[in-house]
Amino acid sequence: MSDLKNDVLSIIADKGRVERDRLALDARLADLEIASLDVIEIVFAIEERFGIEIPFNANDARKEFDTVGDVVRAVESVVAKPAA
Amino acid sequence: MGLRRVVVTGLGVISPIGAGVADFSDSLFAGRCGIGPLSLVSTEKLSVRIAGEVRGFDPAAHFDARRLGLLDRASQFALVAARQAVEASGLGFDGPLGLRTATILGTGVGGITTLDEGFHRLYGEGAQRLHPFTIPRLMVSAPTAQVSMEFGLTGPSFTASSACASAAHAIGLAFQMVRGGLVDAAVTGGTEASLTFGALKGWEAMRIVSPDGCRPFCETRNGMVLGEGAAVLVLEPLDSAKARGARILGEVAGFGMSADAKDITAPDAEGAARAMRAALADAGLAADAVDYVNAHGTGTTANDVTEARAIHAVFGDHARRLMVSSTKSMVGHALGAAGALEAAATLLALERQVVPPTAGVERPDPACALDVVPRDAREARVEAALSNSFAFGGLNAALAFRRV
Repeated sequence: MSDLKNDVLSIIADKGRVERDRLALDARLADLEIASLDVIEIVFAIEERFGIEIPFNANDARKEFDTVGDVVRAVESVVAKPAA
Repeated sequence: MGLRRVVVTGLGVISPIGAGVADFSDSLFAGRCGIGPLSLVSTEKLSVRIAGEVRGFDPAAHFDARRLGLLDRASQFALVAARQAVEASGLGFDGPLGLRTATILGTGVGGITTLDEGFHRLYGEGAQRLHPFTIPRLMVSAPTAQVSMEFGLTGPSFTASSACASAAHAIGLAFQMVRGGLVDAAVTGGTEASLTFGALKGWEAMRIVSPDGCRPFCETRNGMVLGEGAAVLVLEPLDSAKARGARILGEVAGFGMSADAKDITAPDAEGAARAMRAALADAGLAADAVDYVNAHGTGTTANDVTEARAIHAVFGDHARRLMVSSTKSMVGHALGAAGALEAAATLLALERQVVPPTAGVERPDPACALDVVPRDAREARVEAALSNSFAFGGLNAALAFRRV
Protein backbone atom coordinates (compact mmCIF):
# COMPACT_ATOMS: atom_id res chain seq x y z
CA MET A 1 0.00 0.00 0.00
CA SER A 2 1.31 3.47 -0.90
CA ASP A 3 2.20 5.88 1.90
CA LEU A 4 -0.38 8.27 0.55
CA LYS A 5 -3.19 5.75 0.70
CA ASN A 6 -2.02 4.64 4.11
CA ASP A 7 -2.16 8.20 5.44
CA VAL A 8 -5.60 8.84 3.95
CA LEU A 9 -6.99 5.67 5.51
CA SER A 10 -5.51 6.61 8.88
CA ILE A 11 -7.21 10.00 8.71
CA ILE A 12 -10.56 8.44 7.75
CA ALA A 13 -10.26 5.93 10.59
CA ASP A 14 -9.37 8.65 13.07
CA LYS A 15 -11.91 11.33 12.09
CA GLY A 16 -14.64 8.86 11.17
CA ARG A 17 -14.06 6.88 14.39
CA VAL A 18 -14.00 3.62 12.45
CA GLU A 19 -11.64 0.67 12.94
CA ARG A 20 -8.95 0.75 10.31
CA ASP A 21 -9.57 -2.81 9.10
CA ARG A 22 -13.15 -1.95 8.12
CA LEU A 23 -11.93 0.57 5.56
CA ALA A 24 -12.11 -1.48 2.36
CA LEU A 25 -12.01 0.72 -0.74
CA ASP A 26 -15.52 -0.32 -1.72
CA ALA A 27 -16.92 0.23 1.78
CA ARG A 28 -19.67 2.89 1.71
CA LEU A 29 -19.17 5.84 4.05
CA ALA A 30 -22.84 5.72 5.02
CA ASP A 31 -22.54 2.03 5.96
CA LEU A 32 -19.55 2.89 8.16
CA GLU A 33 -21.79 5.47 9.86
CA ILE A 34 -19.50 8.28 8.78
CA ALA A 35 -21.83 11.30 8.86
CA SER A 36 -21.68 14.26 6.48
CA LEU A 37 -20.02 16.46 9.09
CA ASP A 38 -17.36 13.74 9.58
CA VAL A 39 -16.70 13.74 5.83
CA ILE A 40 -16.11 17.50 5.91
CA GLU A 41 -13.66 17.05 8.80
CA ILE A 42 -11.89 14.22 6.96
CA VAL A 43 -11.45 16.40 3.86
CA PHE A 44 -10.13 19.23 6.04
CA ALA A 45 -7.64 16.93 7.80
CA ILE A 46 -6.40 15.54 4.48
CA GLU A 47 -5.94 19.04 3.05
CA GLU A 48 -3.98 20.08 6.14
CA ARG A 49 -1.85 16.92 6.10
CA PHE A 50 -0.89 17.14 2.40
CA GLY A 51 -1.15 20.90 1.85
CA ILE A 52 -3.61 20.42 -0.99
CA GLU A 53 -7.07 21.66 -1.98
CA ILE A 54 -9.67 18.99 -2.66
CA PRO A 55 -12.60 20.24 -4.73
CA PHE A 56 -15.62 19.15 -2.75
CA ASN A 57 -19.07 20.59 -2.04
CA ALA A 58 -21.11 18.92 0.68
CA ASN A 59 -24.20 19.40 -1.49
CA ASP A 60 -22.74 16.76 -3.77
CA ALA A 61 -21.22 14.69 -0.99
CA ARG A 62 -23.09 11.52 -1.74
CA LYS A 63 -22.32 11.82 -5.45
CA GLU A 64 -18.64 12.57 -5.02
CA PHE A 65 -17.70 10.58 -1.96
CA ASP A 66 -19.82 7.50 -1.67
CA THR A 67 -17.09 5.09 -0.70
CA VAL A 68 -13.71 5.05 1.02
CA GLY A 69 -12.12 4.54 -2.38
CA ASP A 70 -13.74 7.76 -3.68
CA VAL A 71 -11.87 9.74 -1.03
CA VAL A 72 -8.55 7.99 -1.72
CA ARG A 73 -8.88 8.53 -5.47
CA ALA A 74 -9.78 12.22 -5.02
CA VAL A 75 -6.58 12.75 -3.00
CA GLU A 76 -4.48 10.74 -5.45
CA SER A 77 -5.74 12.76 -8.42
CA VAL A 78 -4.99 16.10 -6.72
CA VAL A 79 -1.53 14.95 -5.57
CA ALA A 80 -0.73 13.60 -9.05
CA LYS A 81 -1.32 17.04 -10.61
CA PRO A 82 1.71 19.32 -10.78
CA ALA A 83 1.38 22.28 -8.42
CA ALA A 84 -0.21 25.25 -10.18
CA MET B 1 -55.59 41.81 30.39
CA GLY B 2 -56.43 39.24 27.74
CA LEU B 3 -54.44 38.57 24.61
CA ARG B 4 -54.34 41.50 22.22
CA ARG B 5 -54.10 41.31 18.45
CA VAL B 6 -50.73 42.58 17.25
CA VAL B 7 -50.06 44.39 13.99
CA VAL B 8 -47.07 45.72 12.09
CA THR B 9 -47.23 49.47 11.51
CA GLY B 10 -43.63 50.18 10.53
CA LEU B 11 -41.07 48.44 8.37
CA GLY B 12 -37.48 49.25 7.47
CA VAL B 13 -35.07 47.33 5.27
CA ILE B 14 -31.40 47.41 4.30
CA SER B 15 -30.73 44.58 1.88
CA PRO B 16 -28.80 43.37 -1.15
CA ILE B 17 -31.89 44.07 -3.27
CA GLY B 18 -32.58 47.55 -2.02
CA ALA B 19 -32.37 49.99 0.85
CA GLY B 20 -35.77 51.13 2.01
CA VAL B 21 -39.06 49.29 1.69
CA ALA B 22 -39.89 50.75 -1.73
CA ASP B 23 -36.68 49.55 -3.40
CA PHE B 24 -36.73 46.22 -1.57
CA SER B 25 -40.31 45.64 -2.63
CA ASP B 26 -39.66 46.61 -6.28
CA SER B 27 -36.79 44.11 -6.50
CA LEU B 28 -38.66 41.42 -4.61
CA PHE B 29 -41.62 41.42 -6.96
CA ALA B 30 -39.49 41.91 -10.07
CA GLY B 31 -37.52 38.79 -9.09
CA ARG B 32 -34.32 40.83 -9.18
CA CYS B 33 -31.33 39.02 -7.72
CA GLY B 34 -28.92 40.89 -5.45
CA ILE B 35 -26.26 38.20 -5.49
CA GLY B 36 -23.01 39.06 -7.24
CA PRO B 37 -19.23 39.03 -6.99
CA LEU B 38 -17.87 39.68 -3.49
CA SER B 39 -16.41 43.15 -3.20
CA LEU B 40 -16.17 43.73 0.56
CA VAL B 41 -13.13 41.47 0.89
CA SER B 42 -10.42 40.24 -1.45
CA THR B 43 -11.32 36.86 -2.91
CA GLU B 44 -7.72 35.98 -3.75
CA LYS B 45 -7.57 33.40 -0.94
CA LEU B 46 -11.26 32.45 -0.97
CA SER B 47 -13.18 29.81 -2.87
CA VAL B 48 -16.40 31.64 -1.90
CA ARG B 49 -16.56 34.36 -4.55
CA ILE B 50 -20.20 35.50 -4.55
CA ALA B 51 -22.58 36.91 -1.96
CA GLY B 52 -25.62 39.08 -1.46
CA GLU B 53 -23.90 42.30 -0.42
CA VAL B 54 -25.53 45.55 0.60
CA ARG B 55 -23.99 47.72 -2.12
CA GLY B 56 -23.53 51.46 -2.04
CA PHE B 57 -24.12 51.73 1.70
CA ASP B 58 -22.38 54.91 2.87
CA PRO B 59 -22.19 54.97 6.68
CA ALA B 60 -21.11 58.63 6.71
CA ALA B 61 -24.42 59.56 5.08
CA HIS B 62 -26.21 58.20 8.16
CA PHE B 63 -23.93 58.86 11.14
CA ASP B 64 -21.51 61.53 12.26
CA ALA B 65 -17.88 60.48 12.80
CA ARG B 66 -18.13 60.33 16.59
CA ARG B 67 -21.15 58.03 16.54
CA LEU B 68 -19.75 55.94 13.72
CA GLY B 69 -16.68 55.08 15.79
CA LEU B 70 -18.97 53.06 18.04
CA LEU B 71 -20.85 51.23 15.32
CA ASP B 72 -19.97 47.95 13.67
CA ARG B 73 -21.56 47.47 10.23
CA ALA B 74 -24.19 45.22 11.89
CA SER B 75 -25.29 48.08 14.17
CA GLN B 76 -25.22 50.56 11.28
CA PHE B 77 -27.64 48.38 9.31
CA ALA B 78 -29.90 47.91 12.35
CA LEU B 79 -30.05 51.64 13.07
CA VAL B 80 -30.80 52.67 9.51
CA ALA B 81 -33.53 50.03 9.16
CA ALA B 82 -34.96 51.02 12.57
CA ARG B 83 -35.08 54.72 11.58
CA GLN B 84 -37.06 53.79 8.45
CA ALA B 85 -39.43 51.56 10.45
CA VAL B 86 -40.06 54.07 13.23
CA GLU B 87 -40.62 56.90 10.77
CA ALA B 88 -43.07 54.78 8.77
CA SER B 89 -44.98 53.84 11.93
CA GLY B 90 -45.54 57.46 12.85
CA LEU B 91 -45.01 56.58 16.52
CA GLY B 92 -43.15 58.90 18.87
CA PHE B 93 -41.35 57.49 21.88
CA ASP B 94 -40.49 60.66 23.77
CA GLY B 95 -43.47 60.37 26.09
CA PRO B 96 -44.62 57.44 28.21
CA LEU B 97 -44.65 55.04 25.22
CA GLY B 98 -40.83 54.82 25.36
CA LEU B 99 -41.09 53.20 28.80
CA ARG B 100 -43.55 50.66 27.42
CA THR B 101 -41.63 49.74 24.26
CA ALA B 102 -39.45 46.65 23.85
CA THR B 103 -36.34 46.48 21.65
CA ILE B 104 -35.59 42.92 20.57
CA LEU B 105 -33.31 42.25 17.64
CA GLY B 106 -31.74 39.06 16.38
CA THR B 107 -28.21 38.59 15.13
CA GLY B 108 -26.16 35.48 14.48
CA VAL B 109 -22.67 36.73 15.24
CA GLY B 110 -22.93 40.45 16.00
CA GLY B 111 -20.00 42.72 15.26
CA ILE B 112 -17.74 40.26 13.51
CA THR B 113 -16.22 42.92 11.21
CA THR B 114 -14.82 44.59 14.31
CA LEU B 115 -13.58 41.26 15.66
CA ASP B 116 -12.04 40.21 12.35
CA GLU B 117 -10.21 43.50 11.77
CA GLY B 118 -9.07 43.81 15.39
CA PHE B 119 -7.73 40.28 15.60
CA HIS B 120 -6.00 40.63 12.24
CA ARG B 121 -4.10 43.61 13.62
CA LEU B 122 -3.32 41.70 16.80
CA TYR B 123 -2.29 38.31 15.43
CA GLY B 124 -1.40 39.21 11.84
CA GLU B 125 0.32 42.53 12.23
CA GLY B 126 1.63 42.13 15.76
CA ALA B 127 -0.20 45.16 17.13
CA GLN B 128 0.18 45.72 20.85
CA ARG B 129 -3.31 47.01 21.57
CA LEU B 130 -6.87 47.03 20.27
CA HIS B 131 -9.12 50.05 19.84
CA PRO B 132 -10.95 50.82 23.10
CA PHE B 133 -14.35 50.55 21.38
CA THR B 134 -13.66 46.98 20.24
CA ILE B 135 -15.90 45.34 22.83
CA PRO B 136 -18.86 47.76 22.67
CA ARG B 137 -18.81 47.44 18.89
CA LEU B 138 -18.57 43.67 18.64
CA MET B 139 -20.92 42.42 21.36
CA VAL B 140 -24.02 40.69 19.95
CA SER B 141 -26.21 42.98 22.05
CA ALA B 142 -24.77 46.17 20.50
CA PRO B 143 -27.33 46.59 17.69
CA THR B 144 -30.18 46.29 20.19
CA ALA B 145 -28.54 48.71 22.62
CA GLN B 146 -27.88 51.22 19.84
CA VAL B 147 -31.49 51.09 18.63
CA SER B 148 -32.83 51.49 22.16
CA MET B 149 -30.59 54.54 22.67
CA GLU B 150 -31.49 56.06 19.30
CA PHE B 151 -35.18 56.31 20.17
CA GLY B 152 -35.10 56.31 23.98
CA LEU B 153 -36.81 52.92 24.22
CA THR B 154 -36.53 52.00 27.90
CA GLY B 155 -38.64 48.84 28.04
CA PRO B 156 -37.38 45.22 27.87
CA SER B 157 -34.38 45.02 25.53
CA PHE B 158 -32.09 42.18 24.51
CA THR B 159 -30.64 40.37 21.51
CA ALA B 160 -31.90 36.95 20.48
CA SER B 161 -29.24 34.74 18.94
CA SER B 162 -30.10 31.41 17.38
CA ALA B 163 -27.99 31.47 14.20
CA CYS B 164 -30.27 31.57 11.15
CA ALA B 165 -33.44 31.79 13.24
CA SER B 166 -32.28 34.75 15.39
CA ALA B 167 -34.55 37.39 13.87
CA ALA B 168 -37.59 35.11 13.82
CA HIS B 169 -37.07 34.35 17.52
CA ALA B 170 -36.67 38.08 18.21
CA ILE B 171 -39.88 39.00 16.34
CA GLY B 172 -41.77 36.13 17.96
CA LEU B 173 -40.80 37.18 21.47
CA ALA B 174 -41.59 40.84 20.75
CA PHE B 175 -44.99 39.73 19.42
CA GLN B 176 -45.68 37.74 22.59
CA MET B 177 -44.78 40.72 24.77
CA VAL B 178 -47.10 43.09 22.92
CA ARG B 179 -49.86 40.48 22.77
CA GLY B 180 -49.61 39.73 26.49
CA GLY B 181 -49.62 43.38 27.54
CA LEU B 182 -46.09 43.46 28.91
CA VAL B 183 -45.34 46.32 26.52
CA ASP B 184 -47.42 48.58 24.25
CA ALA B 185 -45.03 48.58 21.29
CA ALA B 186 -41.91 46.80 20.09
CA VAL B 187 -39.08 47.60 17.72
CA THR B 188 -37.90 44.22 16.51
CA GLY B 189 -36.18 42.39 13.67
CA GLY B 190 -32.63 41.36 12.90
CA THR B 191 -29.30 42.41 11.51
CA GLU B 192 -26.23 40.67 10.12
CA ALA B 193 -23.04 41.91 8.49
CA SER B 194 -20.72 38.94 8.53
CA LEU B 195 -19.15 38.97 5.08
CA THR B 196 -15.64 39.18 6.55
CA PHE B 197 -12.60 37.23 5.44
CA GLY B 198 -12.52 35.16 8.64
CA ALA B 199 -16.23 34.35 8.61
CA LEU B 200 -16.16 33.51 4.89
CA LYS B 201 -13.23 31.14 5.49
CA GLY B 202 -15.39 29.43 8.11
CA TRP B 203 -18.25 29.01 5.64
CA GLU B 204 -15.83 27.86 2.96
CA ALA B 205 -14.64 25.10 5.27
CA MET B 206 -18.20 23.88 5.76
CA ARG B 207 -18.38 23.13 2.02
CA ILE B 208 -22.01 24.12 1.66
CA VAL B 209 -21.67 27.40 -0.23
CA SER B 210 -22.63 27.41 -3.90
CA PRO B 211 -19.98 28.60 -6.36
CA ASP B 212 -22.53 29.98 -8.81
CA GLY B 213 -25.84 31.00 -7.23
CA CYS B 214 -28.72 30.33 -4.85
CA ARG B 215 -31.42 28.18 -6.47
CA PRO B 216 -33.68 26.94 -3.67
CA PHE B 217 -35.93 23.96 -4.50
CA CYS B 218 -34.25 23.67 -7.92
CA GLU B 219 -33.00 20.35 -9.19
CA THR B 220 -29.61 21.94 -9.97
CA ARG B 221 -29.19 23.66 -6.61
CA ASN B 222 -25.72 23.29 -5.17
CA GLY B 223 -25.62 25.24 -1.96
CA MET B 224 -26.36 28.43 -0.12
CA VAL B 225 -25.09 31.92 -0.85
CA LEU B 226 -24.35 34.24 2.04
CA GLY B 227 -26.07 37.58 2.36
CA GLU B 228 -26.23 40.49 4.79
CA GLY B 229 -28.60 43.26 5.79
CA ALA B 230 -31.24 44.17 8.33
CA ALA B 231 -34.98 44.50 8.64
CA VAL B 232 -36.88 46.11 11.49
CA LEU B 233 -40.60 45.95 12.29
CA VAL B 234 -42.63 48.15 14.61
CA LEU B 235 -45.30 46.14 16.41
CA GLU B 236 -48.27 47.49 18.36
CA PRO B 237 -51.75 46.34 19.38
CA LEU B 238 -54.38 46.40 16.62
CA ASP B 239 -56.69 48.58 18.71
CA SER B 240 -54.18 51.37 19.24
CA ALA B 241 -53.07 51.25 15.61
CA LYS B 242 -56.69 51.64 14.52
CA ALA B 243 -57.37 54.37 17.08
CA ARG B 244 -54.55 56.52 15.76
CA GLY B 245 -55.34 55.74 12.12
CA ALA B 246 -51.97 54.08 11.46
CA ARG B 247 -51.22 52.29 8.22
CA ILE B 248 -51.30 48.57 9.01
CA LEU B 249 -49.09 46.24 6.96
CA GLY B 250 -50.42 43.05 8.44
CA GLU B 251 -51.05 41.13 11.63
CA VAL B 252 -48.57 38.94 13.44
CA ALA B 253 -51.00 36.14 14.10
CA GLY B 254 -48.91 33.46 15.75
CA PHE B 255 -45.47 32.17 16.62
CA GLY B 256 -44.12 28.64 16.94
CA MET B 257 -40.75 27.36 18.13
CA SER B 258 -39.08 24.00 18.47
CA ALA B 259 -35.70 22.33 18.76
CA ASP B 260 -34.68 19.25 16.77
CA ALA B 261 -32.31 18.12 19.55
CA LYS B 262 -30.56 15.93 17.00
CA ASP B 263 -27.68 17.34 14.97
CA ILE B 264 -25.58 20.52 15.03
CA THR B 265 -25.88 21.06 11.27
CA ALA B 266 -28.26 18.57 9.64
CA PRO B 267 -31.92 19.69 9.51
CA ASP B 268 -34.79 17.52 10.73
CA ALA B 269 -38.26 17.47 9.16
CA GLU B 270 -40.00 16.61 12.41
CA GLY B 271 -38.56 19.60 14.28
CA ALA B 272 -39.41 21.94 11.42
CA ALA B 273 -42.95 20.58 11.22
CA ARG B 274 -43.45 21.04 14.96
CA ALA B 275 -42.51 24.73 14.71
CA MET B 276 -44.94 25.29 11.80
CA ARG B 277 -47.75 23.44 13.59
CA ALA B 278 -47.14 25.46 16.74
CA ALA B 279 -47.35 28.73 14.79
CA LEU B 280 -50.64 27.67 13.15
CA ALA B 281 -52.12 26.59 16.48
CA ASP B 282 -50.99 29.82 18.14
CA ALA B 283 -52.61 31.84 15.36
CA GLY B 284 -55.79 29.75 15.38
CA LEU B 285 -55.24 29.09 11.68
CA ALA B 286 -56.32 25.91 9.92
CA ALA B 287 -53.54 24.56 7.69
CA ASP B 288 -55.68 25.00 4.57
CA ALA B 289 -56.24 28.69 5.39
CA VAL B 290 -52.58 29.38 4.64
CA ASP B 291 -51.96 30.60 1.08
CA TYR B 292 -48.23 31.22 1.13
CA VAL B 293 -45.13 29.98 2.94
CA ASN B 294 -41.95 32.04 2.79
CA ALA B 295 -39.57 29.11 3.12
CA HIS B 296 -36.28 28.91 4.94
CA GLY B 297 -35.17 27.63 1.51
CA THR B 298 -31.39 27.97 1.70
CA GLY B 299 -30.60 26.14 -1.55
CA THR B 300 -28.63 23.34 0.09
CA THR B 301 -29.51 19.80 -0.83
CA ALA B 302 -30.32 18.91 2.74
CA ASN B 303 -32.40 21.92 3.80
CA ASP B 304 -34.76 22.14 0.86
CA VAL B 305 -35.73 18.50 0.66
CA THR B 306 -36.16 18.33 4.45
CA GLU B 307 -38.22 21.52 4.56
CA ALA B 308 -40.40 20.23 1.71
CA ARG B 309 -41.00 17.02 3.66
CA ALA B 310 -41.98 19.06 6.71
CA ILE B 311 -44.38 21.22 4.66
CA HIS B 312 -46.03 18.09 3.24
CA ALA B 313 -46.35 16.66 6.75
CA VAL B 314 -48.00 19.83 8.11
CA PHE B 315 -50.23 20.74 5.17
CA GLY B 316 -51.15 17.33 3.76
CA ASP B 317 -53.03 17.61 0.41
CA HIS B 318 -53.02 21.40 0.73
CA ALA B 319 -49.21 21.36 0.32
CA ARG B 320 -49.65 20.92 -3.44
CA ARG B 321 -51.89 24.01 -3.75
CA LEU B 322 -49.87 26.16 -1.38
CA MET B 323 -47.39 28.67 -2.82
CA VAL B 324 -43.92 28.27 -1.31
CA SER B 325 -41.05 30.56 -2.26
CA SER B 326 -37.60 31.36 -0.99
CA THR B 327 -36.57 34.99 -1.16
CA LYS B 328 -33.02 33.89 -0.31
CA SER B 329 -32.82 33.26 -4.05
CA MET B 330 -32.52 37.05 -4.39
CA VAL B 331 -31.16 38.24 -1.03
CA GLY B 332 -28.85 35.36 -0.19
CA HIS B 333 -28.81 33.98 3.35
CA ALA B 334 -28.51 36.92 5.72
CA LEU B 335 -28.26 34.52 8.68
CA GLY B 336 -29.37 36.33 11.86
CA ALA B 337 -31.22 38.94 9.77
CA ALA B 338 -32.87 36.41 7.44
CA GLY B 339 -36.00 35.92 9.55
CA ALA B 340 -36.63 39.68 9.58
CA LEU B 341 -35.99 40.22 5.87
CA GLU B 342 -38.30 37.29 5.16
CA ALA B 343 -40.96 38.57 7.56
CA ALA B 344 -40.77 41.83 5.59
CA ALA B 345 -41.18 39.94 2.30
CA THR B 346 -44.14 38.00 3.72
CA LEU B 347 -45.85 41.17 4.98
CA LEU B 348 -45.38 42.83 1.60
CA ALA B 349 -46.92 39.77 -0.08
CA LEU B 350 -49.97 40.13 2.17
CA GLU B 351 -50.21 43.85 1.58
CA ARG B 352 -49.73 43.78 -2.19
CA GLN B 353 -51.45 40.44 -2.82
CA VAL B 354 -48.44 39.34 -4.85
CA VAL B 355 -46.22 36.37 -3.99
CA PRO B 356 -42.47 36.94 -4.47
CA PRO B 357 -40.81 34.30 -6.63
CA THR B 358 -38.06 31.81 -6.04
CA ALA B 359 -35.71 33.48 -8.52
CA GLY B 360 -33.17 31.54 -10.55
CA VAL B 361 -35.00 28.22 -10.46
CA GLU B 362 -34.17 26.25 -13.58
CA ARG B 363 -36.17 23.08 -12.93
CA PRO B 364 -38.24 22.72 -9.74
CA ASP B 365 -36.98 19.63 -7.92
CA PRO B 366 -39.66 16.92 -8.24
CA ALA B 367 -38.37 15.50 -4.95
CA CYS B 368 -39.76 18.62 -3.23
CA ALA B 369 -43.13 18.49 -5.06
CA LEU B 370 -44.10 22.08 -4.22
CA ASP B 371 -45.32 25.10 -6.17
CA VAL B 372 -42.20 27.18 -5.59
CA VAL B 373 -43.40 30.16 -7.67
CA PRO B 374 -40.40 29.84 -9.97
CA ARG B 375 -38.77 32.92 -11.51
CA ASP B 376 -41.72 35.34 -11.65
CA ALA B 377 -43.84 36.91 -8.92
CA ARG B 378 -47.49 35.94 -8.98
CA GLU B 379 -50.62 37.92 -8.22
CA ALA B 380 -52.69 35.82 -5.87
CA ARG B 381 -55.08 35.98 -2.98
CA VAL B 382 -52.97 35.86 0.18
CA GLU B 383 -54.96 36.01 3.41
CA ALA B 384 -52.53 34.17 5.67
CA ALA B 385 -48.88 33.22 5.38
CA LEU B 386 -46.06 31.56 7.28
CA SER B 387 -42.39 32.53 7.40
CA ASN B 388 -40.00 29.72 8.29
CA SER B 389 -36.57 29.98 9.91
CA PHE B 390 -34.67 26.77 10.66
CA ALA B 391 -31.23 27.29 12.18
CA PHE B 392 -28.09 25.22 12.52
CA GLY B 393 -28.33 23.31 15.74
CA GLY B 394 -32.00 22.56 15.02
CA LEU B 395 -33.40 25.76 16.55
CA ASN B 396 -36.61 26.38 14.64
CA ALA B 397 -39.04 29.29 14.48
CA ALA B 398 -42.12 29.94 12.37
CA LEU B 399 -44.11 33.17 12.27
CA ALA B 400 -47.72 33.31 11.09
CA PHE B 401 -49.03 36.50 9.49
CA ARG B 402 -52.55 37.48 8.50
CA ARG B 403 -53.97 40.21 6.30
CA VAL B 404 -55.88 42.88 8.21
